[in-house]
Amino acid sequence: MFLEIGNGRYPSLSTLPIHAIIPNMTTLPAIQTENLGRIYRIRGSKKEAARELVALRDVNLTVQPGELFGLLGPNGAGKTTLIKILTTLLSPSNGRALIAGLDVTQQPGQVRQLINMVSGGETSGYGLLTVRENLWMFAQFYGIPSAEANRRIRELLEIVGLSERINTKSSDLSTGLRQKMNIVRGFLTDPDILFLDEPTLGLDVGASRDVRQFIRRWMDEQPTRTLLLTTHYMVEADELCDRVAIINQGRVLACDTPANLKRNLQRDAIFRLEVSPPDEATVAALATLSGMRHFVRRDEEGTAVLEMILHEEAALAQVINTLTQSDIRILNLQKREPTLEDVFVDLVGHSMAEAEHENNPAV
Amino acid sequence: MKTTPPYDVLARRAPKNSGAHLFWQTVLARAYPRVIGQQREKSWMFFDVVLPIIGVAAYVFVYRAIQAPEEYVGFVVVGGAMTAFWLNILWSMSSQLYWEKETGNLALYIIAPNSLMAILLGMALGGLLATTLRAVVILVLGSWLFHVQYAVVHFGQLVAIFFLSMVALYGMGMMFASLFLLLSREAWHISNLAQEPVYLISGFYFPVKSLNFWVATAASLIPLTLGLDAMRQLVFPSGATLGFLSVRLELGILIGLCVIFLLAARFLLNYMERLAIREGRLTENRR
Repeated sequence: MFLEIGNGRYPSLSTLPIHAIIPNMTTLPAIQTENLGRIYRIRGSKKEAARELVALRDVNLTVQPGELFGLLGPNGAGKTTLIKILTTLLSPSNGRALIAGLDVTQQPGQVRQLINMVSGGETSGYGLLTVRENLWMFAQFYGIPSAEANRRIRELLEIVGLSERINTKSSDLSTGLRQKMNIVRGFLTDPDILFLDEPTLGLDVGASRDVRQFIRRWMDEQPTRTLLLTTHYMVEADELCDRVAIINQGRVLACDTPANLKRNLQRDAIFRLEVSPPDEATVAALATLSGMRHFVRRDEEGTAVLEMILHEEAALAQVINTLTQSDIRILNLQKREPTLEDVFVDLVGHSMAEAEHENNPAV
Repeated sequence: MKTTPPYDVLARRAPKNSGAHLFWQTVLARAYPRVIGQQREKSWMFFDVVLPIIGVAAYVFVYRAIQAPEEYVGFVVVGGAMTAFWLNILWSMSSQLYWEKETGNLALYIIAPNSLMAILLGMALGGLLATTLRAVVILVLGSWLFHVQYAVVHFGQLVAIFFLSMVALYGMGMMFASLFLLLSREAWHISNLAQEPVYLISGFYFPVKSLNFWVATAASLIPLTLGLDAMRQLVFPSGATLGFLSVRLELGILIGLCVIFLLAARFLLNYMERLAIREGRLTENRR
C-alpha cells in the first residue's frame, strides 16, 4: 500500500508515523482551501420542500506550518462549517481542502493522524469517568501508550491548574473546568494541526486568559505546530493570532495579520461617544453625514454609545453640531486606536452583533 | 496557570501506536467506561437484577400452579438471566451511537485516527462484560430461590453456544447502533417497540418450540432464540425433547449469524460515516 502526495509515493500509513511518510510536510501548507464551498439542504418539516443554505462560498485560504491562524466572524458566519470540512467531518459541496497536502475527502484516514479538534462548550466524554479516565480514553484512541498518556495527562492538568481535580468525575466539574479538560484532550494527543472552535465560549475572564496563555505556550514550544482557531471574540483573535481571516456569510472578507488589518484604518479617525439616548431622526442624520464612514449605535443603560469611523478628524465637528442641535448631551468622547471590531465594521458595514442577528434572525 | 518548567510535555512529541495495536487499544479504551460505569452506578443491582427476578417469579408461580414439568422453572430462570443481554442490546448498544452524537462524542470518534469499528467493538465488549455479571447474579439468585437443578450434557458445546450467541447478538447490536442512528432520532421508540415482542417470540420464558414453526424460524434471526434453545437442551435432562432444532444445527446457524451481523455492522457503519460526512447532520450536538 502506498500513499501518493504530489509527485511523491510513500509507504502505507498503517505501519509508519506520518512524519516519516511525508518528509516535506513542513514545506507544504498546513492547511489549504481552494474555492471551498458548502451548501446545506434544510427542510423545516417533511411536507416542506428543501431549501438551500449557503454556509461557505469560494473560500481560499493558506495556512503555513507554525502559524496560529484565526477565523473571526459572528455566529452563523461559516466558521464551524469550515472546521468540520477541515477535520473530515463534512464534505465540501465544491472546491477542495488539503491538510499537509492530503485531500480531506480523498484521504481522511491520513488526515486524521495529523489533527485534533476541541469545540467550545462541548460535553464530550463520560460523566461517570474521572478527568484522568476520560483523557486517558481519548489518548488511547490516538494510539498513545498508556503510561505515556498518564504522564502527559498529569503534566498538562498541572499546567492548566486542574491537577487537584484529576480524580473528580467529569460530571462534577464546573463549565470552566470542564472546558479546561476538553482543551487538555485536544493537546494531549500532540497533533500537528489543532482546530479550536470557539475554545473560550462561556468561560469567565480568568479561565479565558488561562486558555489563551496555554494555547500561545503550546505553539511557542514547537515551531512546526499549526493551530486554527475560530472565535467571535475580537480580543482573542487580536491577542493570539499570527494572521486572521474575517469571515461573514460564508465569505472570507479579509485575511492578514491583525496589525495590517488595523493599519488600513489608521488613517481614519475612530471615535467612541457616550451620549444621552438620541431620537431616530438624529441617528439618521448622523449616519448620513458626509464625513461619516461607518456608524454603529449601541444602547446601554440610560445612555447610548456611538462608535464612529470618520473619514477625517475634522468630521467630528459635524457630529458634535448634529448632536447639540438635537439637544443630545455628550457624556464622554474618546478617540481610540482601531480594533479588529472596527475592521469588521469597515468590511461588513455593521457591528459583529448586528451581523450575528442578520445571520441568525431567530435568535 | 503554571508558566515555568519543569514541564516538557508541551515540547515533547508523543509516541503513537498504529495498525492492530491502535485497534485493540481503542477497543479496550472504549470498553472501559462500560465496565467501570457499572461499578460506580450501583442502581443496576435493583433495576437489572431484582426486577427481572420478579418477572421470572411470576412465570415460576404460573408453571407450578398448572403443574408443568419442573424443567420449565429452569427454562424461565435461564431465560430471565438472558433478558439482561437483550435489554443491554436494546437500551445501551443499539442506541449508543445516537447518544454519542447527542453528547458530541461521535464527532470525536470520527476524527480520531482509529477505526470506528474498534469503537463499536469496544462498546460491545464493555457491554458484554458488564451484562454477564448481571446475568450471572440473576441466574445464581433465581436458581437458589426456585431450586433449579442443572445437568450439563456437554460443557464444551455449552460454552461454544454461549460464546457464539454473544458474538452474534452483539454483532446485531453493533448493526443496530448504526441503523438506529440512520433511521431515527428518537431511538428509544424503536427500543420500546422491540423489547416485549422479542421476549415473546424468542421464548425467553417458555420453549420456543411451543410457537408455530415459521414464527420460531423467523425469531431465530435473533441470536438469543437459538442460543437459549440450545443452552436449555444442554443443561436440562429433558431439554432435548423440548428443543426447536438440534444443538449442532443451532451451532451452525449461530456461526452464520455471527458472520452476517458483523459484516452488516461493518457495512452500515461505513455507510453511516459516509452519510455523516456528506450531510453533516449526524455529528450535530442538538442539545
